[in-house]
Amino acid sequence: MKKNFLWLAILAALTLVLGACGFGGDKSSDDKSGEKTLNLAIASEPPSLNPQLATDTQSGSILNGVFEGLTRVDDQGKVENAMAKDVKVSDDKLTYTFTLRDAKWSNGDQVVAGDFEYAWKWALEPKNASQYSYIFYAIKGAEAYNTGKGKVEDVGIKAIDDKTLEVTLNNPTPYFLELTAFYSYMPVNKKVVEKNDKWFAEAGDNYVTNGPYTLKEWKHNDSVTLAKSDTYWDKENVNVDKINVAMVESSTTADRMFQSGDLDFLGAPFQSIALDKVNSYKKDKSLNIKDTAAIYVYKFNTKDDVMKNKNIRKALTLGMDRQGLIDNVTKGEQKPANGVVPKSINGWDSQTTFFKDNDMTAAKEALQAGMKELGIKDASDIKVKLSINTDEAHAAIAQYIQEGWNKNLGINVTIDNSEWQVYLDKVDNGDFQVARMGWSGDYNDATTFLDQYTTASNGNNQTGWESKEYQTLMAKAQKETNDETRLGYLQKAEQVLMADYPVAPIYDYTTLYVVKDGITGMEPDVLGNINLKNVKISK
Amino acid sequence: MNQPKQEIQKISKEKFNIVGGRHEQTEQLAETSVSFWKEVRIRFSHNKLAIVGFVILIIVALMAIFVPFLSPYSYKENLGAYNAAPSSKYWFGTDDLGRDVFVRVWIGARISLFIGITAAVIDLIIGVAWGSISGLVGGRVDDIMMRIADVLTAVPYLLVVIILLVVLQPGLVPMIIALSITGWVNMARIVRGEVLSIKNREFVLAARTLGAGTGHIIMKHLVPNALGAILVTMTLTIPSAIFTESFLSYLGLGVTQPMASWGTMASDGNNALDTAPWRLIFPAILISITIFAFNAVGDGLRDALDPKLRK
Amino acid sequence: MIKYIFKRLMYILVALFVIVSLTFFLMRIAPGSPFASEKSLSPEIEAALQAEYGLDNPWYVQYKDYLISTAKFDFGESMKYKGRSTNDMISESFPISLTLGIEAMILAVGLGVLIGVVTALYHNRFPDYLGTTIAVLGISVPSFILAGLLQYFVGLEMKLLPISGWNGFAYSIMPALAIAITHMGFIAKLVRSSMLEQNSSEYVKMARAKGLGKWTTVFKHTLRNALLPVVTYLGPLFAGVITGSFIIEQIFAIPGLGKYFVTSITNRDYTVIMGTTVFYSIILLFAVLIVDIIYGFVDPRINLKGGKK
Repeated sequence: MKKNFLWLAILAALTLVLGACGFGGDKSSDDKSGEKTLNLAIASEPPSLNPQLATDTQSGSILNGVFEGLTRVDDQGKVENAMAKDVKVSDDKLTYTFTLRDAKWSNGDQVVAGDFEYAWKWALEPKNASQYSYIFYAIKGAEAYNTGKGKVEDVGIKAIDDKTLEVTLNNPTPYFLELTAFYSYMPVNKKVVEKNDKWFAEAGDNYVTNGPYTLKEWKHNDSVTLAKSDTYWDKENVNVDKINVAMVESSTTADRMFQSGDLDFLGAPFQSIALDKVNSYKKDKSLNIKDTAAIYVYKFNTKDDVMKNKNIRKALTLGMDRQGLIDNVTKGEQKPANGVVPKSINGWDSQTTFFKDNDMTAAKEALQAGMKELGIKDASDIKVKLSINTDEAHAAIAQYIQEGWNKNLGINVTIDNSEWQVYLDKVDNGDFQVARMGWSGDYNDATTFLDQYTTASNGNNQTGWESKEYQTLMAKAQKETNDETRLGYLQKAEQVLMADYPVAPIYDYTTLYVVKDGITGMEPDVLGNINLKNVKISK
Repeated sequence: MNQPKQEIQKISKEKFNIVGGRHEQTEQLAETSVSFWKEVRIRFSHNKLAIVGFVILIIVALMAIFVPFLSPYSYKENLGAYNAAPSSKYWFGTDDLGRDVFVRVWIGARISLFIGITAAVIDLIIGVAWGSISGLVGGRVDDIMMRIADVLTAVPYLLVVIILLVVLQPGLVPMIIALSITGWVNMARIVRGEVLSIKNREFVLAARTLGAGTGHIIMKHLVPNALGAILVTMTLTIPSAIFTESFLSYLGLGVTQPMASWGTMASDGNNALDTAPWRLIFPAILISITIFAFNAVGDGLRDALDPKLRK
Repeated sequence: MIKYIFKRLMYILVALFVIVSLTFFLMRIAPGSPFASEKSLSPEIEAALQAEYGLDNPWYVQYKDYLISTAKFDFGESMKYKGRSTNDMISESFPISLTLGIEAMILAVGLGVLIGVVTALYHNRFPDYLGTTIAVLGISVPSFILAGLLQYFVGLEMKLLPISGWNGFAYSIMPALAIAITHMGFIAKLVRSSMLEQNSSEYVKMARAKGLGKWTTVFKHTLRNALLPVVTYLGPLFAGVITGSFIIEQIFAIPGLGKYFVTSITNRDYTVIMGTTVFYSIILLFAVLIVDIIYGFVDPRINLKGGKK
């Protein structure tokens, strides 16, 4: 018996020894006095901190701090020069010539035009499979090279000398200087990257940056630490010494961290405010709300037996109480959406109104007309499957709308709730009737919302809807050099789309955030990005 | 040879009474198994805690059956009052979508209890059969059966469940299948453990020597002796099924909204702990009470059934 | 004994093969892809990505490649987390899960056995009721609710322990407790019930009759046999603690393996799914083996086949 207990004792001792080594060391916040530290949280591990491979807002928000593109966009949406000292645009608006300022990489190397050329072409190289490569398609020859139909020499990106970068575009692109602020357009240090193709996997000597901060530490799945860069050209205007970004998946936990003071800021694009907490921040007046160029919609499958009918689609679109939904469920003072382009997009406040929110009379009329066309006698014979991916907020919205459709139109609605990947698969294969989708703009121009509906085969269209007239208008807009006329074409295109109701717009997003006193410069721009460079702490 | 015979004859006849055939006597012995259950019932009813648990279960079951019929509200109806605190109108308050928590809690009871009990019964049937056969037959059969069980426990459960729910669409039946697909292994192991420790005991050896078959030994000797462990495991399978259900709901693989289960309500309510605590408290209390009740009844049954405690 | 273990190791190999194949085919059945996102990819990029990870090969080639890489324990690079090898991800995050798991197990077994013994010794008296209530409460409060309550009251309101993160022992207390509590109740009940059974058995009565003290009897005789079901439970407990801590890791923002495992499935990050699956399977299979061996030591009535009597 003693022998057995010995065994157990050995086992216990072993576990203790094993246990002793796993506690991740001591807390890294070695706060020096006077050091200004900003504590943030993101929802998950950034999939990639390579500017050309990143695809998500988590990674984007960090990349924005450690790298810098040719331009930056301030919180008012105004473009300012960053790595570029000067930009010259040709008269036909097709050639952009950037002159670089005297800037250094964090390892002391000079930032040269070749670094930009290298990074952009790397993103377009087919074998690198950069998912955001389409954002370069405004550049001449980019799409052909990226899809394997063209050669790298024909791409309109050219470093004339170390200080001059010349870019040739396909079409006049009024928002191109906003694109150059986007993280995919950020440069990488060619010398370092060519030597080490996994340079972006860890923080350290190989992770060379040119932005206001350096990537000091990356504890995977746990936290990222940024430190003020000594080599940044504008370091006098960087106020924060250190930024700790914790990875906190649960928004409830993040909220508790904010309340206890562990976090200085809570809100998109970092970890967002939990739905259940929005009202209490609203009550104590600490909640900040800003309009965002993103939209929440229900898409109809126009190839479906019931949803092929325009009047049914119209009835469902009109028969939603958007304001009620916003006041009671989403709570973030979102704006009831009226089209597929958010009102906050450049020039879109002048767009016409397509329908009245919660217009039950018109909805019922349309429903009757639709039922007649389809030969359906009773509204309760219409069975609608509303597909969502699993998420507390999507489920709440779907249930609210389900209730409304059922109560006011008498339609039977079931919610089909699937796991995210399964959901995407279903939607892509047309295995749905009504499906929820969100879309956020990559740049402040209506095309980022309208392009997806150009053809039915576009992977982001999903509705199966297309129209010759729409295509003509979009093509015209692409070639147009006059901004006013171009806007007219785009607005007309949206009108064509909305006349057919392939999409039921629900709301324009807002960015909600709370921030601790004494911290300024954390207002997100209209695309929901925060310029970490501008953050100031006064304590 | 004659002498003893004569002596016996001298004493016999008048001194002996015919009391009946042996047949009747064996039947009387067999009848003790009837009084065994009677005894169980008596002893169970003396256990106050068990009775309390039993009453709670009955009440919960009755509420789950009748409240949704009798309530003026439906479990999915938006009443226009969002996150309203408990009041005389809404006894348990309302949730973030303006639904009456009281009705939802009892609808949730239906779902959770159904899932829990069905999963436990399936586990019981498969687990007891598997575990006792494996333990009793032993040898190569035991080896193979236990290795199959090992493989099942070692297959990462979540992967199987997610794929199962993906293929079958989330819902009640896939949920129960998902819970049972590996759930019985634990029961099988415990039964096997019990069987192994019982099967070499004298009474089983005796039964074997007397030529009893495997089925007879399982039903008459092993099951009654292992019943305590089986019942304890079973009363704990129900809550663990309810928990797993909530875990899967948390991952979005549970019952589909607006349908409610205690697990989904509790995990939703968990986020509203400081803003609308009633959304967490009521489902959580009901989960706890019910599980307490299952435990109390299980313990009571175990004590009542235990052959070794019988006087 | 050695022969027995060798045999079991062979079984483990077979089991691993079965699991590995099963996982592979289950993954193929599940819809989705590691490259899926809200904004869909152009077909060319998708094809390039497929080619990069060999997903364009016919299934039998993929299966073969995959078996080879599994045999070499080299699962390749994650398809979601660019530039990160699966092996690195596991070796970084597993020690954290293991530490948390072991702490939880020590809590669960320690407290569980203690409560179980006390309740059994004072059967139907006050300590029994108290202990049983604690055990039942432990079982009846789901771990994620307990975690939320602890985080809110102990972390935020009382400011006694850190709310989240993984920067030292203090950070592990609440998560370990939340994981342990259900298992603790479970063990307490198992111990109580088998102790009661043992108490009425002849050898305990004998020991008591010999004049041995109550506690001496417990430690020298009863406990050893009463722990049998606990030993059986250790395997599943270990599995549950190691793999089932996902929600707790998520609530307390702990960078453990459970989080990777679940997110790899939802991401369809095939290489990481494979890596974590094989890794978990090996651990679980060995856990079962070790439990069986311990079982043989603890219960003198069981003899391991192939071993000497």
